[in-house]
Amino acid sequence: MFNFHKDHRTLINTALAGFLLLSLGIAVLPAYQMQDVEPLPSQPLLTEQQLKGLSIYISEGCVACHTQQVRSIEMDKMWGGRPSMPSDYYFSKQRMDIWRQSPSLLGSERTGPDLTNIGKRQPAEQWHLLHLYNPRTVVSESVMPAYPWLFETKDASEISDNDVTVPVGKEFFNDASQQIVATEDALALIAYLQSLKQAELPGGTTPAFIASAKKAPANATAEQALDLPDGASLYTQTCAACHQTTGKGLPGAFPPLSGSSIVNDANYELLVKIILQGYDARSEFGQMPAFASQLTNEQIAAIANHERNSWGNSAAKISAEDVKKIREMVTPAND
Amino acid sequence: MKFKQLSLPLFICLASSTPLAAQSVTTDNWYMSPGIIGTFILITIVLFIAVITLTARLNDYVGKLKKRKQARQRLAFAEELIGLEAGEIDAILQKRKAALQYHLEGNELGSDLDAEDSHGLIDKVTSEPENPFFDEKKKTPISLETPWELKKIIIYYLGAAVCWLLVGTLVGQYAGMKFVWPDMEHTSWLSFGRLRPVHTNTVFWGWASMAMIGLAYFVIARTSNTTIHSYKKAWIAWGLFNLSVLLGNICLMAGINNGGGEYREFIWPVMLLFAAGLFITFRNFYLTVAHRKISEIYISNWFILASLTWTIILVLIAYLPFYQNGLGETIIQGYYMHQGVGMWFMTFSLGLVYYYLPFSLNKPIYSYSLGVLAFWTQMLFYTLIGTHHFVFSPLPWWLQTVAIVFSAGMFIPVVTGTTNFLMTMKGSWNHISKSYVLPFFLVGVIFYFVGSTQGSLQAFRFTNFVWHFTDFNVAHSHMTMYGIITFILWGCIYHILPKLTDKEPPQILVGAHFWMAFIGLFAYMVSLMAGGTLKGLSWIDGHPFIESVILMKPFWVWRAIGGSLMFVSHIIFALNFYYMVKKEAPAELPVSNHLKKIVA
Repeated sequence: MFNFHKDHRTLINTALAGFLLLSLGIAVLPAYQMQDVEPLPSQPLLTEQQLKGLSIYISEGCVACHTQQVRSIEMDKMWGGRPSMPSDYYFSKQRMDIWRQSPSLLGSERTGPDLTNIGKRQPAEQWHLLHLYNPRTVVSESVMPAYPWLFETKDASEISDNDVTVPVGKEFFNDASQQIVATEDALALIAYLQSLKQAELPGGTTPAFIASAKKAPANATAEQALDLPDGASLYTQTCAACHQTTGKGLPGAFPPLSGSSIVNDANYELLVKIILQGYDARSEFGQMPAFASQLTNEQIAAIANHERNSWGNSAAKISAEDVKKIREMVTPAND
Repeated sequence: MKFKQLSLPLFICLASSTPLAAQSVTTDNWYMSPGIIGTFILITIVLFIAVITLTARLNDYVGKLKKRKQARQRLAFAEELIGLEAGEIDAILQKRKAALQYHLEGNELGSDLDAEDSHGLIDKVTSEPENPFFDEKKKTPISLETPWELKKIIIYYLGAAVCWLLVGTLVGQYAGMKFVWPDMEHTSWLSFGRLRPVHTNTVFWGWASMAMIGLAYFVIARTSNTTIHSYKKAWIAWGLFNLSVLLGNICLMAGINNGGGEYREFIWPVMLLFAAGLFITFRNFYLTVAHRKISEIYISNWFILASLTWTIILVLIAYLPFYQNGLGETIIQGYYMHQGVGMWFMTFSLGLVYYYLPFSLNKPIYSYSLGVLAFWTQMLFYTLIGTHHFVFSPLPWWLQTVAIVFSAGMFIPVVTGTTNFLMTMKGSWNHISKSYVLPFFLVGVIFYFVGSTQGSLQAFRFTNFVWHFTDFNVAHSHMTMYGIITFILWGCIYHILPKLTDKEPPQILVGAHFWMAFIGLFAYMVSLMAGGTLKGLSWIDGHPFIESVILMKPFWVWRAIGGSLMFVSHIIFALNFYYMVKKEAPAELPVSNHLKKIVA
């Protein structure tokens, strides 16, 4: 009856039925069930501008290098406070239009950083504008493509109040009579990136990561003597995108830390306050986001110590306890 | 004691190199605990001694048997000598004496006569038979009688494939260079995010798919001992495939993208053209097989027909919208991107190997039954492993586990297939060194084993930990799509085209193509594997992300170098293709009046 060798109809029908059955079981049914999720209560709806940004994110192929998933393993802790869950994608992973399906946001390659939490990590619009115009203006080692077609050049005299200008350094755009202005597309893409924040879970519960044992540190440095994490590494991770690894900042965008009176001040209070609360007192520079919710006291102390003792700076070290006092001072008691 | 000495440092290496080395007692690293390692070593010692003893014992026994036999022979010989008569002994000795005194005159091989090849056996005369640089390979003998319509279809499918190979790998090479010089130019149509899918889709749907189908037209007609059901339909499908790849690429470069899922970047109207082409091809093949003039369906046709069936279903599932919002899309994406490779390229190419490999060796396949086993296990195991692209992701844990388990199950079809092909080659190794076709098959078969096994290992949770999201994935996909599929397709093309067109490519160029592609692939693979591993370890150690970008830079340079070699080899391949198919204007022979009269 089942003579596959001689009966082509039986052969093809069996292969077809077998594959179809397996496919339904392993792909179609689980996929169908996966749609049955609700958004988290704290998760905001995407605005029209943010959705437009998402659509640009897809057409420019950003997913080729950027993932948007915090895996449940410890090494992914740097990308978010908790592992990603199906609800996180409730608003973003919907069919885009009749021609285009739900975007493949999870990604399979991390040539660039994961973007699950980029809105929290890097909220400053000005940084994103510079970075999109040419990533090497802010991160000199970056290999990300530049997106000048999301910007236009305008004669300096034609700039109106509504135009968002980008303070690109001379090295990348050298024409004093012209200014770089962001297009609607650039602003939409940035609005989308700024919206990427992991929503808080109700009740403050945090699902755990699968732990991996850490290697013992090879050689103890001065900071480990104070029992602090590695400040240089934390600085590269958290601060260098704006203030640069050289500590020189970017003229017209981000202030220098090297030689800064605030950083070198024997009284560290303002420095720590700025890291905790952010800073927007100087109009010639972009706004600095607050890091109170992202960095621990130990991490802030380590970063401050790194800044106070690099690039020619020299000031006394501070401890996690010092940071804790200032944090208590600036945080309302009921929080 | 050699093994023991080796095994001890090996275990220590393993134990110290793993970043998961446990500090507390946990079950996940059971094989790393000193007790287990010690037990392993002890058992190894026992095993080692047992093997030594057993070998010695066996040796003794065999030696004893041999000695007994020799003694018996000596006795028989002595008895024979004694039994001989004096005259007989003299005759033997004299014959021996004459033999020892013989020597050559020096003119045994030549004569004063002119050389004449009265049976047409000599193909080529050379004055330097021992060329130190290029090993002369065997010529392709006998051309096959094939209907000219079929020949034309095969040549046009392969021709389109060669064009897409050049386009696709040029784009790939260019995209690879952008890692080294990100500010080369800033044209939106040529930016990395848009070109990456152009590269993958062009080599997938343009090069490999067109080449496979072109080669299959010959297999289907030949093994069914009949003509193709409809040549016209073959042409329609040809047009649909090319149109689909062309339009798809224009869309992608213009920024029109289905959603960014790998190999699913063509929007549905474009992919529909491709699917229609697949369906027409399937019907054409199926009806040809249905009207075959022999009762058995050759195993190649199993793979080819099933592959077309499965891929049509696959494309439908991938593009239907009803279950693809939220993470439903991600499940389908994992399923689709793995099946695209497994059910389409791998299954189809295996079908081609089952025909062209035995054909080029001029002997039957080693085991037909192993082929059948490989067929059904391919369907069962391959279909279930898609989610291994999303290990540790928010997809259901059971789905991830099923994928990992069946990834390990993939050993069965892979080992079955490899065994079958290698056993078919066994006994014909000297054919390989004499042929310019078989080395391509050998590389393809070896990579089939190495690439697939490595893929299964990569699906395990620990290796995923290190390699996932790194450039190691890119190395793996090139090892398989290039090392397996592309090398096999080249082998098939070099084997069949000269038989169809009666024209062979210059052997030196085929050699250049082979070696440049092979060395290029190796440079590409090794650099990205090494770099990818370092990248993964850097992430596990929690170093700032930008450090992993900086550490990759030299590896990306090596990748670009390997990629350039591969691309140059494709130009040579295109040249060879041209040599094989170019139409020669019929030479103007002086025709004698006598002949004209006869013709008239």
